[in-house]
Amino acid sequence: MPDQRQPQQPVLQLERLVRTHGSGATEVHALRGIDLAVYPGELVAVMGPSGSGKSTLLTLAGGLDAPTSGRVLVEGTDITAASRKQLAALRRRSIGYVFQDYNLIPALTAAENVALPRELDGISARKARASALAALEEMGLIALADRFPDEMSGGQQQRVAIARALVGDRRLVLADEPTGALDSETGESVLALLRSRCDAGAAGVLVTHEPRFAAWADRVVFLRDGSVVDETMRSHADSLLSGQAGGQ
Amino acid sequence: MSIRHGLLALLERGPRYGSQLRTEFESRTGSTWPLNVGQVYTTLARLERDGLVAPDGEDAAGHTLYAITDTGRAELREWYERPVDRANPPRDELSIKLAMAVGAPGVDIRAVIQSQRHATIRAMQDYTRLKATALAAVESGRSGERDDVAWLLVLEQLIFQTEAEARWLDHCEARLVRLSLPADRRAAAPEPPQAAAETPAPHTTRPRTARTRRA
Ligand SMILES: Nc1ncnc2c1ncn2[C@@H]1O[C@H](COP(=O)(O)OP(=O)(O)OP(=O)(O)O)[C@@H](O)[C@H]1O
Ligand SMILES: [Mg+2]
Repeated sequence: MPDQRQPQQPVLQLERLVRTHGSGATEVHALRGIDLAVYPGELVAVMGPSGSGKSTLLTLAGGLDAPTSGRVLVEGTDITAASRKQLAALRRRSIGYVFQDYNLIPALTAAENVALPRELDGISARKARASALAALEEMGLIALADRFPDEMSGGQQQRVAIARALVGDRRLVLADEPTGALDSETGESVLALLRSRCDAGAAGVLVTHEPRFAAWADRVVFLRDGSVVDETMRSHADSLLSGQAGGQ
Repeated sequence: MSIRHGLLALLERGPRYGSQLRTEFESRTGSTWPLNVGQVYTTLARLERDGLVAPDGEDAAGHTLYAITDTGRAELREWYERPVDRANPPRDELSIKLAMAVGAPGVDIRAVIQSQRHATIRAMQDYTRLKATALAAVESGRSGERDDVAWLLVLEQLIFQTEAEARWLDHCEARLVRLSLPADRRAAAPEPPQAAAETPAPHTTRPRTARTRRA
């Protein structure tokens, strides 16, 4: 619940974030001053029409692109002010990214894929493998450890991608339509994993067009033309149902 | 309305009294459609008048019991076999509201759509949380009750229903935006302006299956 979280430091904080592409006649305002804070344990869904700036928001939050103005703080560090080297380190240690597809390296097994960010971070191969296996175990994916991506279903690959996003002590997962190519049942299993990782303390931002997937989030933020136009909080479900009038 | 058939279905499992029927009805539908005892007794009276149930003595505590009759059983069979009538769709306040809002002076239809979307998604968030809880109960076998399965199905129906509404709202908004663009801009609209000097961001032109599917 946000009231318990307020005193904590947000894992991700966006401040007056602006991203403008091009200039003059071809100027596109992809983001027009976004403020957003995501706390540990929170899953925030971002919805909005095509072109409203959802992917832009995620790429800026993940340090894959730089804002025109404004700040992005990840666990308190301003990544827009970080050096290239610091940014690369932050991306390896703090931020996990899950795209719609092509998340795993085809030549590596699930365990090797999950171990990769830690190995890149200079941890010994043995330790990296151990933490990868621990992550897979914890997420109920250990049976997939030695499979290659083409030996897994799309949903299994996306769940392994979530495991990789959150291996070690990484606490921020940014997912852009991670269920895009999946059927609804499989998509649900990906969301269930994301939800359970957030319940265990991670912070997640999920971009989705599917209301049914967005409904797993604690908060749903609506973007339109680069601005936040609305936001839902979760209410207390039981009171909602008992307060509902008889229908049908 | 099927309170009538709901009660018959419960009575098929054996004689029951009024407030017991109400409790069982609600535990299956998760009090999504709360019944009051008055409705239950009124319905029982009508069922009795129509010969579908009959009084069946009292239990030890002095509650009047009702039992299903053979006619009642036949009616119940027929209800299970007959599809729910779709020929006369129920009047839907939201579609009436949007139909009225199109072109209405001083009404911002996108604001109407967004405030409904907010409410709809929020309801979905609640249903989804309840579903996660119900599913955990069913999967852990902790409940051992068929009521949890029934409740789960009802919740999922609510989720699908709200989802359909949310999708329809998205569709309405997109449709209205398209229709409001002048024809020349409409033709140009799908092409985002491209800044030549810009290094392409990873998402710039990535095709989206989701959109193709939704089109
Ligand atoms: N490199 C770029 N150069 C110019 N414009 C861009 C660039 N990248 C994105 N845009 C524009 O910025 C706006 C926001 O794009 P973005 O990809 O964030 O939208 P989105 O909400 O993710 O859409 P979708 O639902 O279709 O994925 C769009 O108008 C897009 O055309
Ligand atoms: Mg996008």
